[in-house]
Amino acid sequence: MSDVMIEARDLTKTYGGVRAIDKVSFQVRKGEVLGFLGPNGAGKTTTMKILTCFVAPTEGTARIHGADVWEDSLAVRRAIGYLPESTPLYTEMMVLEYLEFVARMRGLKGPDAHKALKRAVEETGLGDMLARTIRELSKGYKQRVGLAQALVHTPPVLILDEPMSGLDPNQAIEIRDLITSIGKERTVILSTHNLAEVQVSCDRVLIISKGRIVADDTPDALVASAGKSRFVVDVKKNGKSEGEVRELLGRVKGVDRVRPVDVGRDELGFEIIPTGDDDLRAPLFQAAVEGGLVLLGLRREGQNLESIFRGLTTGGAPARDTGRSSDTGRSSDTGRSSEAESADAPSDDAPNDTAKES
Amino acid sequence: MQTLNIARRQFASYFNGPAAYIVIALVLALTGFLFFYIPGAFFLTGRATLRTLFQMMPFTLMFACPALTMGLLAEEKRNGTLELLITMPVREWEVIVGKYLAAVGLLAVTLTLTLPYPLVVSSLGNLDWGQVWTGYVGLLLEGSALLAIGMMASSFTDNQLIAFFVAGILAFVFVIVGYATPFFSGGVASVVEQMSFSFHFESMARGVVDTKDLVFFASVIFFPLAIAFRALESRRWK
Repeated sequence: MSDVMIEARDLTKTYGGVRAIDKVSFQVRKGEVLGFLGPNGAGKTTTMKILTCFVAPTEGTARIHGADVWEDSLAVRRAIGYLPESTPLYTEMMVLEYLEFVARMRGLKGPDAHKALKRAVEETGLGDMLARTIRELSKGYKQRVGLAQALVHTPPVLILDEPMSGLDPNQAIEIRDLITSIGKERTVILSTHNLAEVQVSCDRVLIISKGRIVADDTPDALVASAGKSRFVVDVKKNGKSEGEVRELLGRVKGVDRVRPVDVGRDELGFEIIPTGDDDLRAPLFQAAVEGGLVLLGLRREGQNLESIFRGLTTGGAPARDTGRSSDTGRSSDTGRSSEAESADAPSDDAPNDTAKES
Repeated sequence: MQTLNIARRQFASYFNGPAAYIVIALVLALTGFLFFYIPGAFFLTGRATLRTLFQMMPFTLMFACPALTMGLLAEEKRNGTLELLITMPVREWEVIVGKYLAAVGLLAVTLTLTLPYPLVVSSLGNLDWGQVWTGYVGLLLEGSALLAIGMMASSFTDNQLIAFFVAGILAFVFVIVGYATPFFSGGVASVVEQMSFSFHFESMARGVVDTKDLVFFASVIFFPLAIAFRALESRRWK
């Protein structure tokens, strides 16, 4: 067997005539942590459900650890640990009781089961919670129980559907560290719309939009390929309207687009996309001075994964045109909803959204 | 093995919540009430027999069994735990049979708890224990058939209430249809009679174990479970 642990080939799934995913193909190698990114409804969960044998693909095939999800589904299910979206658990059970059940279902008995449980409990830091009823646990600990049940049998492949969603930032960091450490020895697919998350813990990123894969690369390569830098300008308001400043900055040679960014009450923030690769900081400074603006900040930034993601998954058009991807702007797991909003606004002739600021 | 693991967990989970206690308490209370207070019941017959108990029990089971089965699949579907369960190395039939066995186990426990009735009756007179045991086997079979129907209803929906009512209505039809025999004639009447749970149960309550009755209950257990299996399996195609 090669070191390809997960192989999806032309996976297509239609629900009542609607294509949830369309010819999705990818490979994941041993020891890789693959980030599966996409807006809600893009097909992440559907793909994962196929990989875990919960639903069958309408077309295409997938192999995990050498076994076909349709032909040899039991072997596939033995090889995976799965954490479905929103962590469904038997909440009336105690943590230990539940994990023992999972261990038995995974065919572990006696001392083996004991050892496996101990290890999973240690890895997930559940030691103090074993005698608690799952219902009483905090969201973060429930998530740990979900991870522990996926880890009990030391599966070579882990499939985690939004392991981070709904957690507070501290919990999210804990779970992320946990996944990173788990991912050292195992093949992991995790879906998320938290981009910072992907940049930190994933070796490769797969971006899926409207059921199709639109990018498949390392986070660094994606950022590098997106090339163009952008400039961020903050000016003091001083009675100037956003439109005025915007127009002024737009007149600078080499500026392609100016997008307002929500920064604060007394400031106006703009994101400037250049036409070429020239450093526009000097001309921008000049323009600001000549226009009588009080410049509070001026810096150059490389494209981050977030803007690449928005570019790829909204396809230029406003994201709200289809019901399925309308969640793009709202998926503020990143905690940076201001950018999400500004990215949603059509960049060429944006209405003045100062109203939003007050 | 997986079947037993699932049965064990399900059985324990009955007792983790109020469901099992409520059902057991209701069955016992209802049985006690019907047994001692209904006119023409135990005290009026003046004989040491459990006939009235065996006449009343099917009506109690008609409510109890759907209550025991309504959550089996419906709740797991709604909570999403079915997805976790079914993505473990387990076959669909193991899930169905495992959960079904847990329900049958709880039914057996409930029936065992009614044993004080025959014990009391036997202290009052000369009770035919052979008849008691065949009657209990009959109750277990009839209850198991009702549970299988409930399992099927639970596999259709993710709403426990719907599962309860679908199972309850089917149970009502099967239990009550025997009393409708006089309204039909000839072939139809005998078909209706053969369909009726009470017809097959009553001979057992009288102490007669007939293969025909056993086959009847076995098939009323098998077919609903097979349908539940198909319903669970169909998720892969949807």
